[in-house]
Amino acid sequence: MRSFVASAVVNGLLLGLALISVFPLLWMLSVSFMPAGAASALPPPLFPRTPTLANYQELFWRAGMVRYLTNSLLLAAAVTSCSLVFNSMAGYAFAKLNFAGRQRIFKALIGALIIPGQVAMMPLFLLLKHMGLVNTYGGVIVPAMAGIFGIFLVRQYALTIPDEIIEAARMDGAGEFRIFSSIIVPLLAPILASLAIFTFLGCWNDFMWPLIVLTDDKLQPLPVALASLSREHVQDSEMMMAGSVVTVLPVLVLFLALQKYYIQGLLVGSVKG
Amino acid sequence: MGREGEVIEQLLPEFERRNPDIHVQIQQLPWTAAHEKLLTAFAGDALPDLCQLGNTWVPEFAALDALTDLDSLVARSSVVRAEDYFPGIWETNFVDGRMKGIPWYVDTRVLFFRSDLLSKAGFQTPPRSWDEWQRALAAVKKEVGPARYAILLPLNEFEPLLALGLQQEEPLLRDDGRWGGFSSPGFRRALDFYTQMFRNGWAPSLTDAGISNVWTEFAQGYFSFYISGPWNIEEFKRRLPAERQHDWMTAPLPGPHGPGASTAGGSSLVIFRSSRHVPAAWRLIEYLSEPVVQVRFHELSGNLPPRRTAWQYKRLAGDVYARAFLDQLERVRPAPAVPEWERIANEMQLTAELVVHGKMNIEEATRELDRRVDAILAKRRWMLARRKPS
Amino acid sequence: MRLSAIAWGFVAPALLVIGMFFLLPVATAAVLSLTDFDIYALADLRNLRFVGFENYARVLQTPLFWQALGNTFYFVVVGVPLSIMVSLGSALLLHSRLARFKPLFRTALFAPVVTTLVAVAVVWRYLFQTRYGMVNYALGQIGVHPIDWLGDPRTAMPTIILLAVWKNFGYNMVIFLANLQAIPEEVYEAARIDGASTFQQFVHVTLPMLAPTLLLVGIITTAGYFQLFAEPYVMTQGGPLRSTVSVLYFMYEEGFKWWNFGTASTVAMLLFVLIFAVTWGFTRVTKNEAGA
Repeated sequence: MRSFVASAVVNGLLLGLALISVFPLLWMLSVSFMPAGAASALPPPLFPRTPTLANYQELFWRAGMVRYLTNSLLLAAAVTSCSLVFNSMAGYAFAKLNFAGRQRIFKALIGALIIPGQVAMMPLFLLLKHMGLVNTYGGVIVPAMAGIFGIFLVRQYALTIPDEIIEAARMDGAGEFRIFSSIIVPLLAPILASLAIFTFLGCWNDFMWPLIVLTDDKLQPLPVALASLSREHVQDSEMMMAGSVVTVLPVLVLFLALQKYYIQGLLVGSVKG
Repeated sequence: MGREGEVIEQLLPEFERRNPDIHVQIQQLPWTAAHEKLLTAFAGDALPDLCQLGNTWVPEFAALDALTDLDSLVARSSVVRAEDYFPGIWETNFVDGRMKGIPWYVDTRVLFFRSDLLSKAGFQTPPRSWDEWQRALAAVKKEVGPARYAILLPLNEFEPLLALGLQQEEPLLRDDGRWGGFSSPGFRRALDFYTQMFRNGWAPSLTDAGISNVWTEFAQGYFSFYISGPWNIEEFKRRLPAERQHDWMTAPLPGPHGPGASTAGGSSLVIFRSSRHVPAAWRLIEYLSEPVVQVRFHELSGNLPPRRTAWQYKRLAGDVYARAFLDQLERVRPAPAVPEWERIANEMQLTAELVVHGKMNIEEATRELDRRVDAILAKRRWMLARRKPS
Repeated sequence: MRLSAIAWGFVAPALLVIGMFFLLPVATAAVLSLTDFDIYALADLRNLRFVGFENYARVLQTPLFWQALGNTFYFVVVGVPLSIMVSLGSALLLHSRLARFKPLFRTALFAPVVTTLVAVAVVWRYLFQTRYGMVNYALGQIGVHPIDWLGDPRTAMPTIILLAVWKNFGYNMVIFLANLQAIPEEVYEAARIDGASTFQQFVHVTLPMLAPTLLLVGIITTAGYFQLFAEPYVMTQGGPLRSTVSVLYFMYEEGFKWWNFGTASTVAMLLFVLIFAVTWGFTRVTKNEAGA
């Protein structure tokens, strides 16, 4: 009996938490199908009485959502692919290749993790201006082509690769790059998958930097476009919800499909042993 | 920006038909972010050829040397004729004696009000002086009860307070924009008049994010007075339900002793120095300055033409709501033409918010405001001193 | 080719990017903070003046900076413990043998983490709307007067804290969960044999074994929370009455709204020093406690 009560409590709490976690997202979905002005009623409706696709139509035809969606996809894909290459190479090198100052440089990089990225923003803006990259996709992609956290993840994982495999391949006469591409990368696949998801999600959700560096609304990704839409259309709640759905749905789906890798990546380096 | 950005697309096909060699690409910006975005674009060498600029921003961009001089283009033009424009508006586009922009439309703020609720409260005509206004507000508040309000003054919008400030005799900035003048008796009176509306419960302490839908609320009588601009004529006509269309009207702003001044706003069309298509951009400006096109623009957006000829067209002359604006335009005053104005207006509104929330009294607030404004203008003083070695 | 040279080839691209687009700008920010770089200087570099530590003095005397600092501290001091408690609590619940449908619950609780903050802030803004928001409606059902969540200076920051906790607790929850699962069952067995109750097991077995994780999570969450920006930007624009202006928001306004790069860099430097000091203090304090 006690066990039943305890079980009810535990599961009840979990259910409560789950509902709180998920309710805003479901409500967002629901309101996105309501006709304009319907959400501003008392009592606030949970479900649309007359569901409509009008908000989505408005978004995609008048507010140019397709463009923002494309921008987000493009930027996230470019950053992910490029940083995967750079970070994996560097991470492997820090783990398995010997070079002068390896430990010290790595320690310094870890220390630099503490520096808030925003410190760099103003000078970075000026630098990119001189390179002609302000208000271009490059302005977002180029600074993100490598990252300390990514290197860290790969390095931690790569440490677990047995040295013997590498030694054996060297003795067979394989060049370092060959070893990397044919042996190491497949072994790193799980962490690379995680890193890819992290990076993609991070880039998709990135807000402050694209806000600063992209003025042309044709280039803006979803979060930035959504923020400016929300300031301009603060009255059109239903349309804003539709915009939020479009922004959140892709990454939510991606996450649901690839949860395992995301969580796994999150845990590397956070779990002892 | 804003509504203009949405409607201009409809004006372009005719222009491109007449000028087949020119193709125009539009980019829209929301007003709340436009200032930042344009400065970012300036910093990033990413400005467009032609741009709509709020006329209070023209001095700022001129100070950055971002704008092409238009004097010679105007002199040679048969379409853009200076005499036809409202003088107060035409002058806001002169910086250091050079013409930096062509007025595209004028903007000022007037009262939008629920004539039915006002009349139920005992007032058949809109108030014309501060005194009358106060009495009208009190009467309306009594009429609608504690759950509703008499006037909506979003706390994050500085235009209403600015208009009240401009109605005073003392300038808002002293000595050619070198020092703050907000501690003057005039501005203090204006600030007091503004903040008492909240103290007396006539206005809700809300920002525009706290109002879910201005038009629905107006239609429901949540507030009866609203200070807004010409674009809302069309919006009101479009969004208010049919049964409310006879219940609202516009009126010029009341001043301390009678009809008062209002902000001389509006937008100009400017050509950025970085443009490589100046003649083409100028042709678009000329097209948009034709009275016929201006009247069409008005039809689409509700914005008011800056040229007298355009006002003679039936469409405008016959619009009852526009009459208040035509009257108000005779009494518009520009904001101080300093590049830092945007920031100063923000500080002004923040200070007002503090007073409304009871954090400071008027005296402290205006002294603090002047202190901050003086700090903001420090660099300007340094640059002005550098320019004239004396 | 020598191995070390090849190794450099492996790290060079990444190091180049990080060096040029992160470390170099950080160093430059330090220099910028000593100038009065502003919109006039942007137009013409001759308008630039080197002002030494004047920016620092001025910023430290600016009431809004202290307000921003206070707001940020409020956010951190309330938000971090709250977030960690919720994370730990939900991890414990998920770890419990009594819990059913674990994968489903875990996914649901983690979902907010991957959502785009801007999108969610927009939703939150409508949920907490004074007149038509769900929250006030629900509260109204139990007799609570409508609260102007985002318009009242006293409740705006708490609302943002709630949003941050809601959005992030799943992240730390997963970390805690993994570490909970790593605690060997034998240790609990031993404690049970000694007669420890569930609560005592928690205090004497779970907590000590989680201590390193708690520290790590604490540091990361704190450092992250100091960088509060997007929520105020989307939901309140720093208001009402600047009660939600964070240090980063202040920096953003100075730098990218008013174009005072000099002042903004000063604020950025101060923020960096602050985060560094706090996290260093964290590690110091816990090291001492562990040592003693």
